[in-house]
Amino acid sequence: MLTVENLRVSYDRIAALHGISFHVEEGEIVCIIGANGAGKSTTLRAISRLVPAEPGSKITFRGENLLRYPPEKVVSQLGISHVPEGRRLFDNLTVMENLRLAAFARKDHQQIERDLERVFSIFPRLKERITQKAGTLSGGEQQMLAVGRAFMSGRRMMLLDEPSMGLAPLLMMGVFEALGELNKEGTTILLVEQNARMALKFAQRGYVLENGRLVLAGTSQELLDNPDVKKAYLGG
Amino acid sequence: MAYLLQHVVNALQWGSFYALIALGYSMVYSVLMLFNFAHGDIFMVGAYIGLFVATGLLALGSAGAVALPNWAVLVLTLILAMALTSVVGMLVERVGYRPLRRAPRASAALTGLMIGITFETLNLALLGAKRRSFPALIETTSYQVAGVSITNTKIMIVVISLLLMLALDQFVRRTKWGMAMRAMAVDIFVVPLMGVPINTMAALTFALGSGLAAVAGVFFGQAYPVLEPYMGMLVGWKAFVAAILGGRGSVLGAALAGFLLGFIEIFVAVVFPSTLRDLIAYSVILLILTFRPYGFFGEPYSARLRL
Repeated sequence: MLTVENLRVSYDRIAALHGISFHVEEGEIVCIIGANGAGKSTTLRAISRLVPAEPGSKITFRGENLLRYPPEKVVSQLGISHVPEGRRLFDNLTVMENLRLAAFARKDHQQIERDLERVFSIFPRLKERITQKAGTLSGGEQQMLAVGRAFMSGRRMMLLDEPSMGLAPLLMMGVFEALGELNKEGTTILLVEQNARMALKFAQRGYVLENGRLVLAGTSQELLDNPDVKKAYLGG
Repeated sequence: MAYLLQHVVNALQWGSFYALIALGYSMVYSVLMLFNFAHGDIFMVGAYIGLFVATGLLALGSAGAVALPNWAVLVLTLILAMALTSVVGMLVERVGYRPLRRAPRASAALTGLMIGITFETLNLALLGAKRRSFPALIETTSYQVAGVSITNTKIMIVVISLLLMLALDQFVRRTKWGMAMRAMAVDIFVVPLMGVPINTMAALTFALGSGLAAVAGVFFGQAYPVLEPYMGMLVGWKAFVAAILGGRGSVLGAALAGFLLGFIEIFVAVVFPSTLRDLIAYSVILLILTFRPYGFFGEPYSARLRL
């Protein structure tokens, strides 16, 4: 479904990704684990076209050259949504406005209403707070809203940047459970996480990113059993 | 009492100009984190476009082609001036600011100043240094209410200005474009992830602000019928002050501050010699900003501009 080949990204001429290649198949949950600064967020931003890929990089989505699309069309035409690092909600907008804004480019008004209902059925807490400003939500509720927002904007594929960050274990489980449900309904998921154990339990396959290079790939079980991964990412 | 009320009426009209122009400054500042220092000159361009549309329509009438009643000329002038000035505003954004979206803010501010000077000198080069008078489109009637003389022109200016501000407020609050504008004010980087084309939104923001400036220009032409190439400079700076005083991202704030400026200026001139008007008026505003650095409705913010 998504194929990334030789992806290179630089910030101010300092390379952040040195030509990485990986793929995600339809219906899969794939994770990229790695330390802070390894290039995980950059990878997702390049797919969302928020940062430019260097010449020679190739990203195809369902057979199409993704790099031809501007960021808003990656969302609205290809159906790839992105939950950014730190959630980045619009604090001055209400919960409902955050969700409706995510449907900005959509014309299927009846389906939008059904999707809103679906978001509220997955996250009933959000429904109680629709008129509240997003900035006043708790951390867990904010993450729910960030996922709900992505669900409204496009859901062939969801890119998730550290969804567990700053969440208590119980809340984190809740969010991952909801993501699992969305995946069962057909959303392909690409997840990047510092919390390697959680990510590998959730995903079917994974990649390990170190200093802008993919150094390992395998099924989640293989990576969980790998001694290097254990030592570096799973606390020994 | 009647004497004071007379000044209230004048202040409302004067404040309408500031408020209409301030809204354009305020929206661009809020949505794109940019001071569009060319905005005062967009007001000037709007006034001139209005002038040409109005004289053109009147000439058509006297040539016997299409004789429109004056009120229709005024309505058409307002609509066409808004539309054409919006196009000018969108061009300014496209040519002047879009290439600098990721450049330091100082570069963008300088660009604005240069675009403004370009408009002024272009006007000078094309039309010469002479002042031009705006044709009166409505026959002035004065009403005496409680000893205060109110002209129909003043009523029209204040009422239409207020209606437009109300419409803008509703647009920003209730439509999805308004929602996107408010979202851009806090986190422009993430807005494209909602499927929102930010270039279109930037163009829309400039179009709306320029349209309102054009209305201010046409009304200015009705109230003080003399136009000159530098008419936008001082008025533009003052409207900019009003936009800051109102608070970033607040339509209500910019409008209120515009009217407040009108009131302060008019009433300072009532008490003090008019040569001291701006000195005193802007000292007062400096004082207000000392105690409310984010303006009336602005909140301490940290707009996220980068990754």
